[in-house]
Amino acid sequence: MSNGAGTLRVQRISWSRRAIDNLVTTSALGASILVIVPLVAIFGYLLMKGIGSINWAFITQTPKPVGEPGGGMGNAIVGSAIILGLASLVGIPLGIGSGIYLAEFGRNKFGNLVRFTCDVLNGVPSIVVGIAVYGLVVITQKHFSALAGGVALGIMMIPTIARSTEEMLLMVPRTIREAAWGLGVPQWRTTLAVTLKTASAGVITGTMLAFARAAGETAPLLFTAFGNQFWNLNVNQPTAALPLQVFVYAISPFDEWHRQAWAGALVLIILIVVAVTAVRVVTSRGMYRAS
Amino acid sequence: MGVGINVRDLKAWFGASEALHGINMAVGANGVTAIIGPSGCGKSTFVRCLNRMHETIPGATMKGEVTVGDVSILEQSAVDVRRRIGMVFQKPNPFPTMSIYDNVAAGLRLNGVRNRSKMDEIVERSLRQSALWEEVKDTLKKKSGASLSGGQQQRLCIARALAVEPEVLLMDEPASALDPISTGKIEELIDELKKDYTIVIVTHNMQQAARVAGYTGFFLMGNLIEFDKTEKIFTNPSDKRTEDYITGRFG
Amino acid sequence: MPEAPRATVISQSSKRVVPARSAFASRFADGGFRLVIGLSAVSVLAIVVLIGWQLIAHSDLSLKQFGLKFFFSSNWDPVAGDFGALPFVFGTLVSSILALVIAVPLSVAAAVFITEMCPGWLRTPLSFLMELLAAIPSVIYGLWAIFILAPLLRKFVEPFLGKYFGWTGLFTGPAYGIGMLAAGIILAIMIVPIVSSITREVMTAVPQQQREAVLALGATRWEMIRTGVLRNARTGIIGGVILGLGRALGETMAVTMVIGNRPEIAKSLFAPGYTMASVIANEFSEATDNLYLSAIIEIGLALFIVTLIVNIIAQALVWASTRGMPARAQA
Repeated sequence: MSNGAGTLRVQRISWSRRAIDNLVTTSALGASILVIVPLVAIFGYLLMKGIGSINWAFITQTPKPVGEPGGGMGNAIVGSAIILGLASLVGIPLGIGSGIYLAEFGRNKFGNLVRFTCDVLNGVPSIVVGIAVYGLVVITQKHFSALAGGVALGIMMIPTIARSTEEMLLMVPRTIREAAWGLGVPQWRTTLAVTLKTASAGVITGTMLAFARAAGETAPLLFTAFGNQFWNLNVNQPTAALPLQVFVYAISPFDEWHRQAWAGALVLIILIVVAVTAVRVVTSRGMYRAS
Repeated sequence: MGVGINVRDLKAWFGASEALHGINMAVGANGVTAIIGPSGCGKSTFVRCLNRMHETIPGATMKGEVTVGDVSILEQSAVDVRRRIGMVFQKPNPFPTMSIYDNVAAGLRLNGVRNRSKMDEIVERSLRQSALWEEVKDTLKKKSGASLSGGQQQRLCIARALAVEPEVLLMDEPASALDPISTGKIEELIDELKKDYTIVIVTHNMQQAARVAGYTGFFLMGNLIEFDKTEKIFTNPSDKRTEDYITGRFG
Repeated sequence: MPEAPRATVISQSSKRVVPARSAFASRFADGGFRLVIGLSAVSVLAIVVLIGWQLIAHSDLSLKQFGLKFFFSSNWDPVAGDFGALPFVFGTLVSSILALVIAVPLSVAAAVFITEMCPGWLRTPLSFLMELLAAIPSVIYGLWAIFILAPLLRKFVEPFLGKYFGWTGLFTGPAYGIGMLAAGIILAIMIVPIVSSITREVMTAVPQQQREAVLALGATRWEMIRTGVLRNARTGIIGGVILGLGRALGETMAVTMVIGNRPEIAKSLFAPGYTMASVIANEFSEATDNLYLSAIIEIGLALFIVTLIVNIIAQALVWASTRGMPARAQA
């Protein structure tokens, strides 16, 4: 019997629509798994093939002549440390400085230009940066050097450090800055001793991330630091670097060198995973308790 | 010792829009003056002009004559003005990465004071003045400023402001983010402090103004409508708009 | 009720403890600070300009000698001093497009899963794993590709493709393992994190009301995602794809290690090839005369300009969708 208000006709959702929905869900899940597979495979093989070859000799010795077993990548590890140290001298001050500019003074057209350029510089292929530094430093000095390698890697660190410093500084609430201004603290001191200090945990981990990425870069070092089979502590000489050595060994025809390439790669990836995990932990916990 | 404040024809803008239309006010030394009014009337803007915090907002400007004691604030550097005028904000904002001690000493350190024993002395004095000393004296350097309760944090901010020995203390709705018990403590504090400081307090709570302030100014739409003894404002206001506001007809 | 704490006021000395500083001194320090900070910001601009200048200056010889036909000639002959970059352009384009074809559907699907379908507890570990993928250095991808991926292709995948899909002309010729297909696959793996993270970011930026509006009309979850989220995030996703393209175009080490390094243009994906970045990596140090070096640097200049344009377009699209991007999302 009709109640006068009309009846609500409920349509059952069609079979095909539901089937499509299920199909899509399954495909999306499948895609996610497929995407993770290479990650697992890479880490798995690195561990499998590399772990056996990491020993004291590997870390402390230089490469042996072709054909002879043994030897290590000690010089490459030290060389990487030197080059990255130089890179940090270039990349960290300029990166943090730019980040401070973008966060504290950069809400204008010039700031937008700098921000945009930072993102553009981030996308420049690393080998192109290598060419430019070859022209600027290597040709001037007339030889390859750790210094040139450091400059190239430092340039690559700048955009990452700048943007993450900006992000961290912007997360400090304005009221903290106001508290400092209210006490009569001048702008420059407020920015350094209060704002930057509050954001310091995030800024440090952003810097670590840039450092870890620079540590794995090979292309810009090909014609700046160039590589070296021996120990070298002189920044004005060609210097070995871990990723470079892995590359050279990997494309060589010698099994012995292949074995060591896996070991070198494992050392490199451990460093990087530690940095990425640290970043995650610090930034997800929140660097400070907001009041 | 507190000093008097003289405001003559103070105007303030946010970009092109005028927010204060020529304020005239004379605040006596040592005592509490409350600034009341509905939301958006300019009371916060007014108080922030007194220590030139208004200018920190991009595009904000101010003009007029403001004399604190014997000093015209627009002729001094803003930084120096702010060293002599303390400010307590609506939401407590202790420095999160610093201990309680470091928070109170922040104003001193950041202004170049190095003498350790002097600092200890001032920190203790300031914490006593803000009635927080007994509660934190054992954990001064161990606990961070942000680990205290809301009411304690605000008293910490008051201690921090007092440590640099200001002549005037500006408070922008200092208790509005706190529970009633903490609010009561803050009001007791203000009552003690008024003997030695000139305090200007912005409040949207009329009962609070009645409780703590000797004088009250009523703001409406960027103008100072009436400024008189608190008792008079609340019992027998001269302006009809004041009367409408305090009897709850608007705002 | 306990007695409220009493405030005590100690009489103050007339001399203030905080010294007054002159207006000049504080303005001087502030000005100096702004200058130093401003200079760091300017240095970023200066660096990009310097890079461009160096590339143009050092490719001068080759630019003058060959002009624009440099990019249309396939003859790369260092001995005779004749240089044509077409094989490299071809190789770069094919490997990058192949990478996109493989990576984009997978990345978007994975992003959809993580953002809209994933149970809460799984979201963090999954996105952490993606971040790890993004952090693996190129040379390690290359190492894995030479010793694990290429043999896999040679023994199983390429024979299979050749047998059933050889008629397309894409899967003909001997199965070396090393070649264009390997390069495309490893590139795809490398750009999945970027495309996926940007897709996730722009999808998350779509307001919840949009999703609810579609659901309220009686849509299934996929229909809601399709019309309520993906449609709104379309611009940003395209931006992410183009950003991935930019990354693929410039990728050097992993590609160099598995593409075969032969300057040939072939239809089959099994054939070895050469990309612009790879030829620079391999032959830069061996360039014996100035013209040779200049030709290689000209390829670098072209790469610079192309990636610049691609990245500018991509950034513009992504900015339009999210109003500025944190650095971390662009692994």
